[in-house]
Amino acid sequence: MPFLKTLKTLALSATVVGAATFVTTMQAYAEYPERPITLIVPWGAGGGTDATGRMIAGLLKNELGQPVNVVNRTGGSGVVGHSAIATAPADGYTIGVVTVEIGMMHWAGLTELTGKDYTPIALYNADSAGIQVRADSEWKSAKDVLAAIKANPGKHKGSGTGQGGIWHLALAGMLQDAGAAADAAPWVPSKGAAPALQELVAGGVDVVTSSVVESSALIKAGKVRSLAVMGEARLGAFPDVPTLKEAAGSDWKMAAWRGIAGPKGMPDEATKKLSVALEKVYKSSEFQEFMNGRGFGLVWKPGAEFATWMEESDAALGGVMKAVGLAK
Amino acid sequence: METVLKAFTLIADPYTLGVMLLAALFGLFVGAIPGLTATMATALLIPFTFFMDPVPAIAAIVATVATAIFAGDIPGALLRIPGTPASAAYCDETYAMTKKGLAERALGIALVTSVIGGLTGSIVLSMSAPALAEFAIQFSSYEYFWLACLGLSCAVIISTGSTLKGFVSLFIGLFIATIGIDGTAGFPRFTFGSVELMGGVSFIPAMIGMFAISEVLRYVASNRATIAVPQQPVGSVFKGLGSILYKYKINIFRGSSLGAVIGILPGAGADIAAWITYAISKKRSKEPEKFGTGHPEGLVDAGAANNASLAGAWVPAIVFGIPGDSITAIVIGVLYMKGMNPGPMVFIERPELIYAVFIAFFIANLALLPLGFGAIKLSRQILKIPRRVLMPVILVFCMVGAFAINNTVFGITVMLVLGIIAYLMEENGFPVAPAILGIVLGNMVEDNFMASMIKADGDPLGFFSRPIAATLGILTIALWLTPLLVMAFKKYTNRQRQERAV
Repeated sequence: MPFLKTLKTLALSATVVGAATFVTTMQAYAEYPERPITLIVPWGAGGGTDATGRMIAGLLKNELGQPVNVVNRTGGSGVVGHSAIATAPADGYTIGVVTVEIGMMHWAGLTELTGKDYTPIALYNADSAGIQVRADSEWKSAKDVLAAIKANPGKHKGSGTGQGGIWHLALAGMLQDAGAAADAAPWVPSKGAAPALQELVAGGVDVVTSSVVESSALIKAGKVRSLAVMGEARLGAFPDVPTLKEAAGSDWKMAAWRGIAGPKGMPDEATKKLSVALEKVYKSSEFQEFMNGRGFGLVWKPGAEFATWMEESDAALGGVMKAVGLAK
Repeated sequence: METVLKAFTLIADPYTLGVMLLAALFGLFVGAIPGLTATMATALLIPFTFFMDPVPAIAAIVATVATAIFAGDIPGALLRIPGTPASAAYCDETYAMTKKGLAERALGIALVTSVIGGLTGSIVLSMSAPALAEFAIQFSSYEYFWLACLGLSCAVIISTGSTLKGFVSLFIGLFIATIGIDGTAGFPRFTFGSVELMGGVSFIPAMIGMFAISEVLRYVASNRATIAVPQQPVGSVFKGLGSILYKYKINIFRGSSLGAVIGILPGAGADIAAWITYAISKKRSKEPEKFGTGHPEGLVDAGAANNASLAGAWVPAIVFGIPGDSITAIVIGVLYMKGMNPGPMVFIERPELIYAVFIAFFIANLALLPLGFGAIKLSRQILKIPRRVLMPVILVFCMVGAFAINNTVFGITVMLVLGIIAYLMEENGFPVAPAILGIVLGNMVEDNFMASMIKADGDPLGFFSRPIAATLGILTIALWLTPLLVMAFKKYTNRQRQERAV
């Protein structure tokens, strides 16, 4: 009976694996990492966070010599996955991708979690918001956009993501910074940047404040123009798009970002090893090529710098959310 | 041209081709077993597609359903039990041929017409979808709102059984779609404080439940008599086929093209395509009295139509995210999972993936010819596999699939609950298709309604403010009013007649 034989082999190997796990947990003082690491991605498979997370997991495996398994924990606008990272055992064997939403969810009253509940390892990506309009729009610069919205509050509609999402805050914050009401351009919620850009092309909305990269296909197809990017410097892939500062003299900046973090109170040895390995991954040509190929912005801020970044981001987001009336 | 070449390299990968071959064999197997449908085969594939790149994942589904719909004809001809609902329309016909000793001819006709129908459907898909996408890029939330309304209305009108039960089913689906945080104001609905429910009823576990679990339940509840398989030897499959197909060449063309069009209509799939084309074939035939006695004419029409509708159903699915049949309802979920969000944008952003899917359709239908031939030869062995072994295996795959989507046991709960709901509905004559369309399109209707109202500052006339939106709107409202007007007219003429009689 080959079937029974297989069963026996399976049972036997299960026992062996079980025993092995037991033994390894006994030797807690052996060198980290001695068993597979779990990387929690708080967003769905197929999205940008998932893609970058899986890329990092694959490369981290080579550096650490242990498999890094990606687990998608989606739902509740990111709350489920972010909680799973924060509440995991702080032994260095569960880490995760923390995204910009960690500085938004607590303002919206969805959770108590903030960036302070994590051990920051490193920030690896940030994509600044852009200002996109239809190719045949009469607006030629960010200044035109701001002037038109200020002159006619409520008339021009914006879109880019769901209500209270990162790109909504980008638009609201920019308007507020320019001295207009944060809701002078009412927000039309969408299921992400792609449907919002389609609304833009179809003439349903007037401006979309998603990242410039998200509209690159439509820019190439000649259907959309990008007028400015809300970041410190111009983007390498779009050297003709000015910064908001250059285009309209505004200091407002907004970016969606992603970083790797673990639960609070991780052992120093694990944190150190992970940061060193992650820096190698970040600098590897494979990772750089992947990020540039997909158009993800590359930013590197390890440990404490990442913590400061999260704090600043949190404060800026809170300010806009209160102004738009999204904070509870 | 460059895109098409890129698409070819995506498909010509040995891994992708290998996956397609395995999927095609799997489809033949599932289709040939009565009670296991092509939709269920798709649902069972999900845990496997989870670990694949977008192109092999979608190609696997394409290959599975193309072969499954043909394979459904095998038990129809040999046992008079359709392997999938799509073969039900002509299973009496093929069985009558078998009784005349023409089982091979019946299956040969079914196979060749399936291939021709499938290829026609593939041509319709690859021609019309990109053109429609080019047009659909002009669509805003107003147009999408009306399209979704049209889709939901179609689902009720075309559904089998009474219109009232169709409506009830649709509203069950729409209710399920309202669960979770609403997209506009971020308000949680029917979540009872559960974080899992905040994300809404996850779509793929729901589909697995409604198509696979309900079938397992039906098997458990049914009397489990073993099927007696006829033991006559299999003769030549292709002998004398050429002259029959040549004689009915118009039927092949009519069945294929009509099938593709019926596939495009939301909610109407391969089974309805087969029923309608079989009926038309009989109506238009010079010898309608021969239908049902083992006459190949209707089989030619319907055999081509059900395979053609498969590809047709992908047109609205890829271009608008509106499923053309229950299989594409699952496909839409897989497309989202793979980052190929349906809509005109994917044609601009990643056209090579879309063209790869088209090529997969052609390959799958061409491969059906030799694979189907093998399946006919092996049909008696396939039918002997005991279902009491199969059903538990299916249940395990369902659970794995429902769990793997979000890595949560909650997915299994959703699957079981909806499986029981679907079972109870079907047992009581409520069609499941409208409920599925309700689940898939519920959010689309709502989100686009809300977005439109925000855009129009609350003015309902906004829905008629653009030419295409106004046309679609008037069409939808006319569709709603027609039954009422017909009823009023009948009442009026009846009264007149009565008055005259007095």
